[in-house]
Amino acid sequence: MGNNNYNTHPLEVECYFSPLLSIFINKSVSLTQEEKDMQTGTSNEPLVRFTGVQKTYDGESLVVKDLNLNIQKGEFVTLLGPSGSGKTTCLMMLAGFETPTSGDIFLGNQRLNTLPPHKRNIGMVFQNYALFPHMTVEENLFYPLKTRKMPKHEARQKVDKVLQTIQLESFAKRRPSQLSGGQQQRVALARALVFEPQLVLMDEPLGALDKQLREHMQLEIKHLHENLGLTVVFVTHDQSEALTMSDRVAVFNDGVIQQIDTPQALYEHPANSFVAQFIGENNTIMGKVDSIEDDFCRVSFGDGLGTRASRIQSLSTGSSTRLSIRPERIRLNGSSEGLPNRFKATLHEFIYLGDHLRLRCELAGNDQFYVKVPVSELCPSLSVGDAIDIGWRDEDVRALDAS
Amino acid sequence: MSSITANHNADNQPITGLKAQLRRAERMKKIKAMLLVAPLALFLIIAFVMPISSMLWRSIDNTEVSSVMPLTAAAILDWDGQGIPDEAVFEAFAQELRESRAGGGLGRIGRRLNYEDPTFRSLLTQTLRGLPLSTEVSWTEELIGINARWNETSTWLAIQRTAPTVTDRYLLAALDLERDIDGKVAQIAENQRLYVSVFQRTLVIAGGVTLICLFLGFPLAYLLATLPPSKSNLLLICVLLPFWTSLLVRTAAWIVLLQSGGLVNSGLMATGIIDSPIQLVFNRIGVFFAMVHVLLPFMILPLYSVMKGVPSSYQRAAVSLGAHPFAAFWQVYVPQTVSGIAAGTILVFIMALGYYITPALVGGPSDQMVSYYVAYYTNTTNNWGMAAALGALLLVVTLLLYMVYHKLVNQKQLVRS
Repeated sequence: MGNNNYNTHPLEVECYFSPLLSIFINKSVSLTQEEKDMQTGTSNEPLVRFTGVQKTYDGESLVVKDLNLNIQKGEFVTLLGPSGSGKTTCLMMLAGFETPTSGDIFLGNQRLNTLPPHKRNIGMVFQNYALFPHMTVEENLFYPLKTRKMPKHEARQKVDKVLQTIQLESFAKRRPSQLSGGQQQRVALARALVFEPQLVLMDEPLGALDKQLREHMQLEIKHLHENLGLTVVFVTHDQSEALTMSDRVAVFNDGVIQQIDTPQALYEHPANSFVAQFIGENNTIMGKVDSIEDDFCRVSFGDGLGTRASRIQSLSTGSSTRLSIRPERIRLNGSSEGLPNRFKATLHEFIYLGDHLRLRCELAGNDQFYVKVPVSELCPSLSVGDAIDIGWRDEDVRALDAS
Repeated sequence: MSSITANHNADNQPITGLKAQLRRAERMKKIKAMLLVAPLALFLIIAFVMPISSMLWRSIDNTEVSSVMPLTAAAILDWDGQGIPDEAVFEAFAQELRESRAGGGLGRIGRRLNYEDPTFRSLLTQTLRGLPLSTEVSWTEELIGINARWNETSTWLAIQRTAPTVTDRYLLAALDLERDIDGKVAQIAENQRLYVSVFQRTLVIAGGVTLICLFLGFPLAYLLATLPPSKSNLLLICVLLPFWTSLLVRTAAWIVLLQSGGLVNSGLMATGIIDSPIQLVFNRIGVFFAMVHVLLPFMILPLYSVMKGVPSSYQRAAVSLGAHPFAAFWQVYVPQTVSGIAAGTILVFIMALGYYITPALVGGPSDQMVSYYVAYYTNTTNNWGMAAALGALLLVVTLLLYMVYHKLVNQKQLVRS
């Protein structure tokens, strides 16, 4: 990639972001929108293509089923899913540590299936960093340059630059075991980027960090991606991490991409009940489709209750459906007045969470129905056992598949 | 002022009380822990520390003459080594020689003096027979009359050498050295030298066995560490299978297999690779075969345990950074198994150093190791001093190697922690 010039002065860069980032940024801050578009890959040719990829380990069950996925240059794509959903297998096939049972993977115009991993020029950050424990920080950073037979002085310059910008110069001679988790994480990232790969893979790289550091590193990686125009494929099982960092998120379950979309679209418009339940909190009510009205449908549930709901799947009249409503979209008592769908619920429990409260209610026989209320908006006279009014808009409840 | 002091006391009182409580609580724990290890500690002292220290002592022990002939020993140490000692030494010697007949003292000094000169025992018995009953005689003349050798300086020098309570002669002899007439350390005559070459041979055989074990064991340990558990468990049982049979049986089995009419030779002849049987046993080849077979598990197990703890992600990381898989293996994987290699090689090497039965059974005369001579001196010639000196030297070699190992492993732990 030609857009990294290590010789530019680091002070030209907006350093308020993070030390890590300023390594690699240089002219990118002065990029025009057009150039940015070119970098972030609005051009048609995808950088990575999975076409009809299948993978089985035992010859009986498929871990990955007929995967088709295009990743544009400059895109940050997260593979999200529960463990065993096939997301890590996909990453490993891309890295070259697993071979697809059938189908093709392309990187640019190159078919990867038969290309051994050490020739792919893909940077990878591993779950536990995989920094070589018998080498110093510096030797770790030299390693990818040494394997590429880069001239010594050139490699020296690059490593020094990287060390300076991850602010670990004084740690250059230390062993990885003498660094904190966050520092190790930085070294691992720097090592995956120092040889300027065309694609960076990250396999749950933040799993071992504590919550605060993890959130800090999420932003750092995100900024790094934006400023360098890196193409990143990120694997995680943490949905909030996926929503924070990604351009697009591919939700995996059972070897199949359930939905691939922007974080906002995934959250607001889940395509099926798995995605709705996996991402964010969710109330579900089983119901039956009474009638269909364009993008909406009328659903009856419980004992003679009914609501209008936005409709996604090819639901037909009479089929059963799972209604999905986010707890924060439900209005309570006074504020629910005037909403088209209003119901009586019984309040069972207050759960205090600092910035907001969660109320556990019973609606139509389901006593795990949650309503999320900001602390400041809660009426103080409410108490457990009260009957309360709840309501929601048509477009905030989605009728999904019943599975 | 007094109130301040009172306050101080009030503050300090509970703290000291707390300390005492802590001590009491800790003391109970300590006593329990000591009681738990007491049987083992006792066993180690009786079965390990005491025998080893007594063996080490025997390698310098020289109390035979000084305990049987205390007066002679004290008197002869004052002699300047010129000519023959004076009458007092002769008298003490004659008296104590007569007394030594009771309680087996004669046998002990006879054996000890025989190390100095193999004819000494017969000289002593002949002299004892000839001693006059009277005590009013010139002992110098009497003894010289019995045997003219009592008039020789070398005879008395030999006794003088055995007089001190400690000696370095065994340790020197174990290195093919001796004290010459001037008391200087010198090499013994070339045709009598033996132990330096035995030590060399021992080190060469132990080193060779260790290298072969490492060469054979490393790939197997790697296979064990990378196979899925169900398969690796089966393989591990196969590795441990030899332990189910006695060492003697396994060694004997190698003789059966490798002898000139044995399975290996007849197999090779049947396939036409060789025309006549080749000598595979009762020589160095047989020793290597049998010892590698016995010691291989001791190489594999430490290697396996270390390799089990090296995640495969390191090699993957190296490959993803552009290293050829083979380079990744050498540059990233092997350095992380150094502690296993160190543990395995040191274990095998130290065990091989002390091998006795296997070389004795499948080796030839020129394949016998130090332990063979230790056994020879303890069982056959009853020369505990030599046996102890050879054992002590072997122990020193082992300890030196252990220190090297310790250093290596400590470095490794620094890397890992």
